Amino acid sequence: MEKELHISLAAEPLFHIGSFAVTNSLLVTWLVMVALIIFGVLVGRSPKVGAPKGWQNVIEYVFELLIGLMESVTQSREKAEKFFPFLTTFFLFIFVANMTDIIPGIGTIGIEHVTEHGSELVPFLRPPASDLNFTVALAIISVLTAQVFGVASLGFMQHAKKYFTIKGGPVYTFVGLLELISEIAKMVSFSFRLFGNIFAGEVLLTVIAVIVPFVVPLPFYFLEVFVAFVQALVFTMLSLVFFTVATTAHGEHAEKKAHSPSHANN
Amino acid sequence: MESLAAAIAIGVGAMAPAIAIGWLSSNGLKAIGRNPEAAPKIQTAMILSLAFAEAIGIYALVVALIIKFV
Repeated sequence: MEKELHISLAAEPLFHIGSFAVTNSLLVTWLVMVALIIFGVLVGRSPKVGAPKGWQNVIEYVFELLIGLMESVTQSREKAEKFFPFLTTFFLFIFVANMTDIIPGIGTIGIEHVTEHGSELVPFLRPPASDLNFTVALAIISVLTAQVFGVASLGFMQHAKKYFTIKGGPVYTFVGLLELISEIAKMVSFSFRLFGNIFAGEVLLTVIAVIVPFVVPLPFYFLEVFVAFVQALVFTMLSLVFFTVATTAHGEHAEKKAHSPSHANN
Repeated sequence: MESLAAAIAIGVGAMAPAIAIGWLSSNGLKAIGRNPEAAPKIQTAMILSLAFAEAIGIYALVVALIIKFV
């Protein structure tokens, strides 16, 4: 039973709709979406006023934690409520999508393809975040939404002044251009952080399962659960911080460190 | 040869983020020790900085994976 371990960086296409290739990670993305939508509809269908019980209780607890976190970062309840739906969706979606990589059968059940390198296994299901398309899409959405929030709350001229300024001297012009480049860097870093963590986790689980399939993979599965949670949280928190920075007017950045009047620590 | 390149990429590339994370955490803990009331604010900033430092390590890992598997 000597099979060569085959791990592919790109997600493998399963079938084609017209000329659009549906890959195995896209399939799992759709399944996660359907699962979350069904869960949301079922839990939110008839909310009980008063002491909540069951799933509604759990969801309310999670939402309270999240909005508390957002309030502590944005320092303003109304901004937290404005960002809440978007960021909670990100968090829940990325968390559930990351957790799919510990489900038995993900990455292992598939069909054999015979190519010139020998036969390789094309799995039917693959964690969505281990596909660079998924993470790049989320990163672009997050960075663009920060821009949209900034324009919506500050107005176009005020927002554009953060990147293209002339008054204050040439230093500020340069800083503005650097900020523009750093937006692109944010997209890259968001996508690679999530991709690297989840793909590396999947490679790790595959390799361990090939070497010792019994008992030894267990601590690595715990690590995967931890990484799933932390990466979803980090993505959400970084997006939150970038949204907050984008909706803060230029001279107000001392407002965040509420106690210290000096803004020299920037 | 490819395996050697991948091993060096991740081995050398993980050194700097490890040092950075240790440094960040130590300063964060010192700050919390000095001023326990400001702990939530410090924690938030610390976790944020940890995410940035960790991302650099992930870049090195992605390069190693690309060398090995592409």
